[in-house]
Amino acid sequence: MIRLLRRYLRPYAWPIAIVLVLLLVQAIGNLYLPTLQGEIINDGVSKGDTGFITSTGIFMLVVTFVVGAASIVGVYFSAQVAMGFGRDVRSAIFRQVEAFSQVEINKFGTPSLITRNTNDVQQVQTLVFMVLALMISAPILIVGGIILAVRQDVPLSGLLVVVLPLMVAFIAIIMSRAIPLFRSMQVKLDRINQVMRETLAGVRVIRAFVRTGHEEKRFDDANVDLFSTALRVNRLFAITIPVMTLILNLSTVGVMWFGALRVESGEMPIGNLTAFLQYLLQILFAVLMAVFMFIFVPRAAVSAGRIQEVLETEPSVHDPEHPVKPALVATASDGDGRDGRDGLVNETGTGGRIEFRNVEFRYPGAQDPVLHHASFVAEPGETVAIVGSTGSGKTTLVNLIPRFYDVTDGAVLIDGVDVREMDRADVWRRLGVIPQKAFLFTGTVASNLRFGDEDATDDELWAALAVAQGRDFVQEMDGGLEAPITQGGTNVSGGQRQRLAIARALVKRAGILIFDDSFSALDFGTDARLRAALDRDMGWATRLIVAQRVGTIMKADRILVMDAGRIVGSGTHSELLASNETYREIVYSQLSAEEAAA
Amino acid sequence: MSFRPGGNGQNPGGNGTQPAAGAPLFGPGAGGAGRPAAGGPPPGGFGPGGRRPGGGGPGMMGMMSMPVQKPGNFRVSFRRLLQRLAPERVLVVLVVVLAVISVAFAVIGPKILGNATNDIFNGYISSQLPAGVSKDQVVAGLRANGQGQLADMVAAMDLHPGQGIDFSALAGILFILIGVYVLSSIFSWMQSWIMAGVTQRTVRRLRTDVDEKLGRLPLKYFDSHPRGDVLSRVTNDIDNIGQTLQQSLTQLITSVLTIVGVLALMLTISPILAVISILSVPLSVFITVLIAGRSQKRFAAQWASTGDLNAHVEEMHTGHAIVKVFGRQQEAIETFDRENEKLYQASYQAQFISGTIQPALTFVSNLNYVGIAVIGGLQVASGLMTLGDVIAFIQYSRQFTFPIIQTASIANVLQSAVASAERVFELLDEPEEVADPAEPIRLPTTRGAVAFEDISFRYEPDKPLIDDLSLVADAGHSIAIVGPTGAGKTTLVNLLMRFYELDGGRITIDGVDTRDMTRDDLRRTFGMVLQDTWLFHGTIRENIAYGRDGATDDEIHAAAEAAHVDHFVRTLPDGYDTVIDDDATNLSAGEKQLLTIARAFLANPSILILDEATSSVDTRTEVLIQRAMAGLMEGRTAFVIAHRLSTIRDADTILVMNKGRIVEQGNHESLLARGGFYAELYNSQFTEALAEAV
Repeated sequence: MIRLLRRYLRPYAWPIAIVLVLLLVQAIGNLYLPTLQGEIINDGVSKGDTGFITSTGIFMLVVTFVVGAASIVGVYFSAQVAMGFGRDVRSAIFRQVEAFSQVEINKFGTPSLITRNTNDVQQVQTLVFMVLALMISAPILIVGGIILAVRQDVPLSGLLVVVLPLMVAFIAIIMSRAIPLFRSMQVKLDRINQVMRETLAGVRVIRAFVRTGHEEKRFDDANVDLFSTALRVNRLFAITIPVMTLILNLSTVGVMWFGALRVESGEMPIGNLTAFLQYLLQILFAVLMAVFMFIFVPRAAVSAGRIQEVLETEPSVHDPEHPVKPALVATASDGDGRDGRDGLVNETGTGGRIEFRNVEFRYPGAQDPVLHHASFVAEPGETVAIVGSTGSGKTTLVNLIPRFYDVTDGAVLIDGVDVREMDRADVWRRLGVIPQKAFLFTGTVASNLRFGDEDATDDELWAALAVAQGRDFVQEMDGGLEAPITQGGTNVSGGQRQRLAIARALVKRAGILIFDDSFSALDFGTDARLRAALDRDMGWATRLIVAQRVGTIMKADRILVMDAGRIVGSGTHSELLASNETYREIVYSQLSAEEAAA
Repeated sequence: MSFRPGGNGQNPGGNGTQPAAGAPLFGPGAGGAGRPAAGGPPPGGFGPGGRRPGGGGPGMMGMMSMPVQKPGNFRVSFRRLLQRLAPERVLVVLVVVLAVISVAFAVIGPKILGNATNDIFNGYISSQLPAGVSKDQVVAGLRANGQGQLADMVAAMDLHPGQGIDFSALAGILFILIGVYVLSSIFSWMQSWIMAGVTQRTVRRLRTDVDEKLGRLPLKYFDSHPRGDVLSRVTNDIDNIGQTLQQSLTQLITSVLTIVGVLALMLTISPILAVISILSVPLSVFITVLIAGRSQKRFAAQWASTGDLNAHVEEMHTGHAIVKVFGRQQEAIETFDRENEKLYQASYQAQFISGTIQPALTFVSNLNYVGIAVIGGLQVASGLMTLGDVIAFIQYSRQFTFPIIQTASIANVLQSAVASAERVFELLDEPEEVADPAEPIRLPTTRGAVAFEDISFRYEPDKPLIDDLSLVADAGHSIAIVGPTGAGKTTLVNLLMRFYELDGGRITIDGVDTRDMTRDDLRRTFGMVLQDTWLFHGTIRENIAYGRDGATDDEIHAAAEAAHVDHFVRTLPDGYDTVIDDDATNLSAGEKQLLTIARAFLANPSILILDEATSSVDTRTEVLIQRAMAGLMEGRTAFVIAHRLSTIRDADTILVMNKGRIVEQGNHESLLARGGFYAELYNSQFTEALAEAV
């Protein structure tokens, strides 16, 4: 935690210094006020000197005003520092996560990353604010209070030696019991969240299986569990304040008694007694404050650790120091000079060659590679399909091209250049990727389609939609291109979502198109028409198609058959049908014997 | 309930002055100790304690926990929130009684302490006087010296010249004081202890109510509300309410009681001084209202920004890979920075503005202090009041200030809690499903004959969907539902399972209108295997057993075997005890589907709804799924959302859907002969695909 604080608070050194000075002013003022009050009683009230009371009173108000002003200015700066700290940390986390490859994303999990960037930052930010506003002043008040109390009367200060440890010990006992309870409460709150999330996600199934009662019981168990822990925590704290109050109150009784003895013996003026009482309370309050602050420390420390973990995780995929750009014959057909096209791809078919050279990949920490010795070439204008059973490595293979992961051996090359030697941004500009999960972003149809090319005209969007077989339904949507899309694209059907995702990639007009099982939600007819349109419109591009359905891929120029991380066959549909057992098995599993014979 | 940061209403201005900071620091929540510590000398009141350290200081509560929304109807919702406490009313009354006692003791404390001070002071003055001189002589002597004021003062004192402090009297007073303090703490503890139960039980009930409510809401609600929002109501909002109940109610009780009690005592001591203190009340209220009003807006802005930022982070992290390959990282970061900056601006302003309440009110209280000291000093000097009374009064004035600051903070906290309560009540007020019939018809066994009789249905009143559809599915028949992508095939499922209500006509099972059955009975006759498999966090065994309550292990294994998943499960290291994690990432899509088929086998329904989609299922698993599904359909009425030609051709009836409507029905031959939509669909899709394939 200290490291995180030190690093992200450094830019705020000056405001922090100002806050410290202001806190000092406040502390001195606060310590001075009881003295003035004591004087009013000693020299004013008890001597009947109203003039003195008035003048001291006005001085007291001036001090109060200064303290108040210092406090307001202090709050201004501490609010800025704490919130600025939060902002900076959030920003650092977000940038870090953006730099992560899929390896790191998987390691943390998306929900956890979101929590870390929001909730955890808030915890630490709150602590920073509290430290600046309160905790720093606690030691000042304690030390100052002790000095002043001792100045009032040394022997009476002995009381502190008894009271302080008593309070600290009591708080320590409470904390030692409370902190584990809080920890477990957090876990139980998570459980409530989990059960509720499952209930919401599975509402159809729950009702279909008539398990509402069962789910309610599950929720109730979690609820009761949370309740009993929360109750224990709160009951624990129910005793804290009365006990602390009692300790404080009893110490005032002690001061009265021993103070009276000292006054009687003439060793202490009576005014000092009241002043002493105030200092005593001030000290004890400061102690209490500091101790109670500490309850936030463990939580904030946990959060800081979680943040630190993100910030310190090195992305496993880096840009090279000296990036290489594949040499290309730059003859882009549309010479409008727009980014993302010229010099990267050309539609005459001389760019976009993909080569896998003896590629091996294993997940970090995994014993066995999920991909062995994969080698193949996809030329511009070619359609290369990849089929195979679940877990055979198809998706892994295509994920290596955009460098979601880096190969562990061998190389992936685009136009003859190892992708690891290229800037990732440069690699991505050459790719049009349609992922397995067609994820759309909040916005409109158009804003989603323009993801690949911000400057694409409406005509270009319609053209891409036409190829993706999405023109009809977009035309029917209220607002057409401007029809709203909810997060994730949940307001359109699975098939529509997939077609929009395909159109999005087409708008980019990249030279390499990667379809990762992107036709699964389409019916056969749409699938076939889409592929035909692709051939017409994007015939010049290199196309990699991962698919399950034989119908989708059998027209491909080349089909790679994968099994257990190896490419076990390569050829056209008819070649493979004749020669490759794995492929035959796949084909016959999808077409009944009757159909195959027909 | 917790020390979540949300609750920590650390008051930025808290250290503004005096231990006063202690008040919000300990959270006015307090159960009982919510009164300034009796006994401290002037500024030393032990702040209204909180059960929860860091319970909401003025305004800060809202900032850290929930978006502060302007409650639309604050009073109604607030009253409704209080009504939630009704089941605990006996205990609430008890809490109030205990609070009264506790506050009474706490308020008496300073009065007694004042007596002790007087005792010491009198003894001190007395010891300064020569023994054997009477008080009257002293007074006369002072007057003779022209010290009229001092003479008046001394005249009012209970002096025994030369005697010094009366320690036995002091001891008596202090013992009483100890008793008062101990009792006050005990009562305060009891009150807090009971209140913890009251609020936690109330929160638990609220959560249960919401969960049960969700069980009665129509599917339409779930289809039209973002999951995250509903979730947030159940967790964040209820949590916020819980925190506030815990803190504010006891705090409110003790604050009000303290104000009343202190005011009463002040008046008994000195009406003139009391007036000064009373004057500071409207001033404090005015300042609080002024500042809180401004901070409220900033809090609202802060929470709006937090929401925006969260949404952006969530979306960008979820679509991480796409953001990357489309080269949109720069834009993502720019948007993030923009939202982040907005959040920063709103939150530091909110912090700052609400942070000024404390110093401002402290200044008012010090002003009050000086006023009392000046006038009190004059009164003591002129012998109208004793020194002890003035000191006690000053303490009371402190005690008076704290509850006012507290009440200000409660107002702020309540705004946020009521906003949350409104969101929860809104959910509780959602229209529920049509109630099950009072005397439902129960079918001892179902054969599975399903008939649609002139049904009509639409999701949106102005968009016709299904009109006058009739269909008969005899027991054991299979009905294939076909149509292009997005044809709205799930609508049929929604109607069959009564997830949605018909607008007209009726659906019967074995001749019984489904609306005459309970939903539970109706749904038990169905088995459903959907494309979106739904597995929950638990073991494979538990997930299969979901099909039927109290299934034995043998039955579970048999079901798994029938679904061709038994072998796979047994190859797993933990077999049936393998825990499926939240996203079921440890199973492939096909394996998940097999498990849901096993679940349906176990449930043994007479009617099936199957979704044949085969996306992302590898081909070998696909074979297993096909076999399992075929086995499952044997002897059962089945509605199949079909993609496979064989399924469609073998179906007894084919429903052809297009754009959400059923356009044709009949068997394969009759539909082909008709040369309509189906024929077109068939020719364009299946024959082509087939021709290509072989």
